[in-house]
Amino acid sequence: MRAYEAVQAARSNRRPTAKTYIDRMIDGFIELHGDRRFGDDHAVIAGIGLLEGAPVTVIGIEKGSTTDEKIYRNFGQANPEGYRKALRQIKLAEKFHRPILCLVDTAGAYPGLGAEERGQGEAIAENMYELSTVRTPVLSIIVGEGGSGGALALAVADEVWMLEDAYYSVISPEGAASILWKDSTQAERAAECLKLTATDLKSLGVIERIIPTTDLAGAHMDALRAAVASKLREKQALDTYDLLEERYQRFRKMGGDFQ
Amino acid sequence: MNRNLFGWGQADTAAKPVAPQLPKPPEQPYTSCPECKSLYLSEELHRGGGVCPVCNHHLRIPARARIAFFADPGSFWEFWPELQGGDPLDFPNYVKKLTQARIKSGETEGVITGECTIGGNQTCIFAMDPGLMMGSMGSAVGEKITRLFEHAAEKQLPVVGFCLSGGARMQEGALSLMQMAKTTSAVKRHSDAGGLFVSVLCDPTTGGVMASFAMEGDIIIAEPNALCGFAGQRVIEQTIRQQLPPGFQRAEFLLEKGFVDMVCDRRELRGRLAEILRLHRREAE
Ligand SMILES: [Zn+2]
Repeated sequence: MRAYEAVQAARSNRRPTAKTYIDRMIDGFIELHGDRRFGDDHAVIAGIGLLEGAPVTVIGIEKGSTTDEKIYRNFGQANPEGYRKALRQIKLAEKFHRPILCLVDTAGAYPGLGAEERGQGEAIAENMYELSTVRTPVLSIIVGEGGSGGALALAVADEVWMLEDAYYSVISPEGAASILWKDSTQAERAAECLKLTATDLKSLGVIERIIPTTDLAGAHMDALRAAVASKLREKQALDTYDLLEERYQRFRKMGGDFQ
Repeated sequence: MNRNLFGWGQADTAAKPVAPQLPKPPEQPYTSCPECKSLYLSEELHRGGGVCPVCNHHLRIPARARIAFFADPGSFWEFWPELQGGDPLDFPNYVKKLTQARIKSGETEGVITGECTIGGNQTCIFAMDPGLMMGSMGSAVGEKITRLFEHAAEKQLPVVGFCLSGGARMQEGALSLMQMAKTTSAVKRHSDAGGLFVSVLCDPTTGGVMASFAMEGDIIIAEPNALCGFAGQRVIEQTIRQQLPPGFQRAEFLLEKGFVDMVCDRRELRGRLAEILRLHRREAE
């Protein structure tokens, strides 16, 4: 798949959102709201439920499907309170030894006035900081857009998986094109340069697994449910020390070993 | 690379202190203050820490000049000066751009790392360089900062970090993004080992650096009027379709919103850092 095709597919209106995955994969999902600091960010859905019979914490960045929903979800662009809402659930998951599943689908953290006033940078940093040593398994799946720091804030994990037609990038192709060539219409070219497809990222060692998408009705989600459950069981069987050491080394080697 | 008996191993990341190179003479012999236009001899200005004596504007100074200003004379030993990144994505024009920046700045990478004393207190130190692609965080920058925190954790030393960065280095794509997680993990380990990290936000500290180690200090100090934020101002203006209020994302704004511990004049910062380090001194066990 060409890079820009993946970008377009990831942004498609017909694409299943995080909520669809939760409905399809998690039994008896109970949504838990709010960050206990400022408010409840509707761009982030967080809660608990059962995955193949085992309790799991699920955190998803939700874009919404209809126009009204999209507005309600702020188009899947979280504010700091969204990341702090996620962090509260991460802490609860650690306390109750529940593994964490993150479903990432965002163009990026919301670039707004209030977001900066409430510390968007600090909120993202804090999530990564805590996730790096949270004493329970974390699996993140880029189900659509993996937009920069706003996506990484929920992807400091033991493994990161990606849908085959998703993308994960340090900057949007439009943003890169306008910096590189002062021309945001060159996004297609920029997307190629950024190596943002699942295949590229697997070969760069940024992700572990590519999830085939069979159709938009979401038949792949049943296979995904089994794969996620099995991976989380595998990680839960690890000694905490080994789990955290492996997570540390996972990121430690990224970018080369600089002999 | 050190290979063990099994033919596989990890890079040798241990710190081997080397005497730092002398700062490259400033490219422009004269610098004019961007605020009040007063004209200074660049070398003299750097020696004084790069603060305009007329209007107190804090100029961007090279990382090496910054370390020379803050470290006790002769105390700085540099780590991994040769470490440099490649072009992992084969990105158009990256090698050319990086080479030009290296020649112009006299630095191989966007951060200088090492150990020094400040007011007699032993500490690890890093300073990011505006001349090398505005301190953007490529893999080598992430690697040097990660190694420094690992070294500091092992030697039970604090870290004083001068953050100055436009954010991620786009030309290294997702590998640049991953440096946020890599450095963060090392900062966390250093913290869990009881280490102190004083983060100093210099102008500018934005994007992926703001959203990682810059905001992970136990104590965060911002330089006066330094631009510190996550999203770029132009992007915010386009999103909210209105002009940003004056002072938005500046150091004083962050202090007001509760995200930094203090705003400190660079000329007083040295003494302030020394006091903080002294208060956190760990007696030899
Ligand atoms: Zn001036």
